[in-house]
Amino acid sequence: MFQKVLIANRGEIAARVIRTCKKMGIKTVAVYSEADSGAPFVDMADESYLLGPPRVNESYLNADKIISVAKQAKADAIHPGYGFLSENGAFVRKCEAAGICFIGPDSQVIEQMGSKIAARAAMKKAGVPVVPGTETAVATADEAIRIANEIGYPIMLKASAGGGGIGMQAVYTDEELQKAFSSNAKRAESFFGDGAMFLEKKIENAHHIEIQILADHFGNAVHLFERECSIQRRNQKVIEEAPSPFISESTRLKMGQTAVKAVKALGYVNAGTIEFMVDEDENFYFLEMNTRIQVEHPITEEITHVDIVEQQLRIADKQKLVIKQEDLTIDGHAMEARIYAEDPVTFFPSPGHISTLEIPRGNGIRHELTVKGDYDVTPYYDPMIAKLIVTGKNRMETIENMQHALADYHVTGIKTNIPMLQKVVSLDAFKRGDTTTAFVQNHYAPIAKK
Amino acid sequence: MEEVKAAMAGNVWKIVVNVGDEVEEDQDVAILESMKMEIPIPAEEGGTVKEIKVSEGDFVNEGDVIAILE
Repeated sequence: MFQKVLIANRGEIAARVIRTCKKMGIKTVAVYSEADSGAPFVDMADESYLLGPPRVNESYLNADKIISVAKQAKADAIHPGYGFLSENGAFVRKCEAAGICFIGPDSQVIEQMGSKIAARAAMKKAGVPVVPGTETAVATADEAIRIANEIGYPIMLKASAGGGGIGMQAVYTDEELQKAFSSNAKRAESFFGDGAMFLEKKIENAHHIEIQILADHFGNAVHLFERECSIQRRNQKVIEEAPSPFISESTRLKMGQTAVKAVKALGYVNAGTIEFMVDEDENFYFLEMNTRIQVEHPITEEITHVDIVEQQLRIADKQKLVIKQEDLTIDGHAMEARIYAEDPVTFFPSPGHISTLEIPRGNGIRHELTVKGDYDVTPYYDPMIAKLIVTGKNRMETIENMQHALADYHVTGIKTNIPMLQKVVSLDAFKRGDTTTAFVQNHYAPIAKK
Repeated sequence: MEEVKAAMAGNVWKIVVNVGDEVEEDQDVAILESMKMEIPIPAEEGGTVKEIKVSEGDFVNEGDVIAILE
């Protein structure tokens, strides 16, 4: 096993990785920017090194600096967390060249999944259903319109290099598509350095459901069931839960088997997540693959009792997966609420000084914290300040536990989205499990200001 | 005169107004990208767009002026 792991990330995920390393007797190295010098994760690590100024290009995205720190600290592996360099093929190659193990898949599969057109093609070849759409880049607006009329509106116009909540637009008519095509392609070219665009049919009333997988170097792969992540604002998840309240047992089984088949076909190694759109009839379609740990991984850990970070470390250390699919079961229900420093109505970031932070304690409550009391939330990074994870015997009990935990969660000094989270988990539509990706727009927006 | 400033660091994903446009209070002037998320930059007061200070793809720090309204 590794002697020392450098965590090329910040905030709650850096703290989370350090925790598992400590449990496994592995020394840890934190790297941080000037803005994070007083951050909790920096204190938790055995060693810490300043990367540079706050802006990400000079700190958390500075691959050469991070690798030179890893060499200086004699770290034998780097855990990338999520975001930043976690899905950067060039960084993986730099780690390899420096003789440092990158805890994640190889650069080739990262780059293949990073190109949404290539990912769609690879998944289709592996027998995974993809959203109806184009198989290659669409060159012109006229071609896009012709194809859109074949598939039928509404259409999602997407940048191949995009992903997450960025680089896509819903279009409903020829005129809209005509107008959107060249401006979106131009924007993708200047932003990602890749202007390739493709089209997908927009699936209405969809659920966003993803499957967590683990795969080792020896061709073994398992899935850890699904996470339902449909409650989103600005295409970014806010509340996630496992298992999904929407899919049937047979769909659950089929989605899991499909995900395992896909990672085996790709030759994928380490932890990863395959995201699907699921329509009203429980048909599921590949959306994208995240080749790293996910923000919402704790809910899967809570229902399966598998430490996903530990599995990442063991797989990277070329150990065989000891977990067998038949041994995995779903124990109870888990839900995660992402606490953001933002206005609960406009969702606009609200950095500032946290005066006090009081968090709920008790059975079935887990915290992953980026911040602490008497602490500055800076405007340089993601405004997520914490994750609240609660569990229960079943979904209703979990919702009740979440309501109580949110009522006891007090952050003073900055605005947070806690009032929004409280409203969402109290809505009848949420309790019914009517959690499509349009939930916030349909059910929360009308009551946001009340 | 009102300066519309970036509230956080990010890359300019989209500029949604043109010079000469009338904008209302809370209307988006530009959209930043950070961590694969779109972050709107709204005008705090209404006005006419006099100047746009950034281009799509630019990196901006918090406090940088995105546009000037009058």
